[in-house]
Amino acid sequence: MRWILVLTTVAATALSDLLQSYEMKNAGGQSVRPRGLMRLLRMVARRWRLLLAIACMAISFFSFLALVRVEALSFAVPASAASFVLETALARLVLRERIGARRAAGALMVLCGVVLVGG
Amino acid sequence: MSASRSRTALRVFAVLFLFIACKAAGNLSLAWGMKHVPAAGPVSYLRAVFDPFVLSGVFALALAVLMRMVLLSHADLSYVLPVTAIGYVVATFLGKTFLHEAVSGQRWFGTALIFLGAAVAGATLDSKTGGQAE
Repeated sequence: MRWILVLTTVAATALSDLLQSYEMKNAGGQSVRPRGLMRLLRMVARRWRLLLAIACMAISFFSFLALVRVEALSFAVPASAASFVLETALARLVLRERIGARRAAGALMVLCGVVLVGG
Repeated sequence: MSASRSRTALRVFAVLFLFIACKAAGNLSLAWGMKHVPAAGPVSYLRAVFDPFVLSGVFALALAVLMRMVLLSHADLSYVLPVTAIGYVVATFLGKTFLHEAVSGQRWFGTALIFLGAAVAGATLDSKTGGQAE
């Protein structure tokens, strides 16, 4: 059961981040000031990809909620880091980001860490 | 690195710090609240939403989502992912300190590897954050 929850969290997180990154790249630099955050909220309401990203985030959130209910936080949070590897690959394939050997090695180390944490 | 690139990098680090703080506080509050919900089942999950700790956690995590969106508007996803992974180490530390969770040596080692992997990948600056590509 815990791995089904981890898988759901990871898949939903990856899709959400991909959609967010795509839209935010197009939107340009945003601000964390109150006015900037309000403008960001209005932008979220207008763009369907960001709304879909929020929906995926909600799925990820409730899966995570169920996960922390049955597992330790120190397992749940690092285990959800599996999304890191999937997202790095998708950033290369879908968003056409430059990912060199060092960045790929870092992603591999994170994956090893996740396996150790879950073992 | 030019002055404008330095400013961009500083802005990225400031937003990054805010994101990690909101995420860590949110996760801790959420876990604390969820562990004090009496019974399992759909009704208990709905009831949990009104728990003050869960509510605070949700608020902090919602703020973290906005901070992350701002971060993604300044930097590539493949850069944001590793540099935010330090949150996993913070979560393990908070789980051990405040929730008295048992963290084995293997789990600490795994968490350290996640941190190291994040640091290795994070050192590869991307085109948007002002550093040179690998």
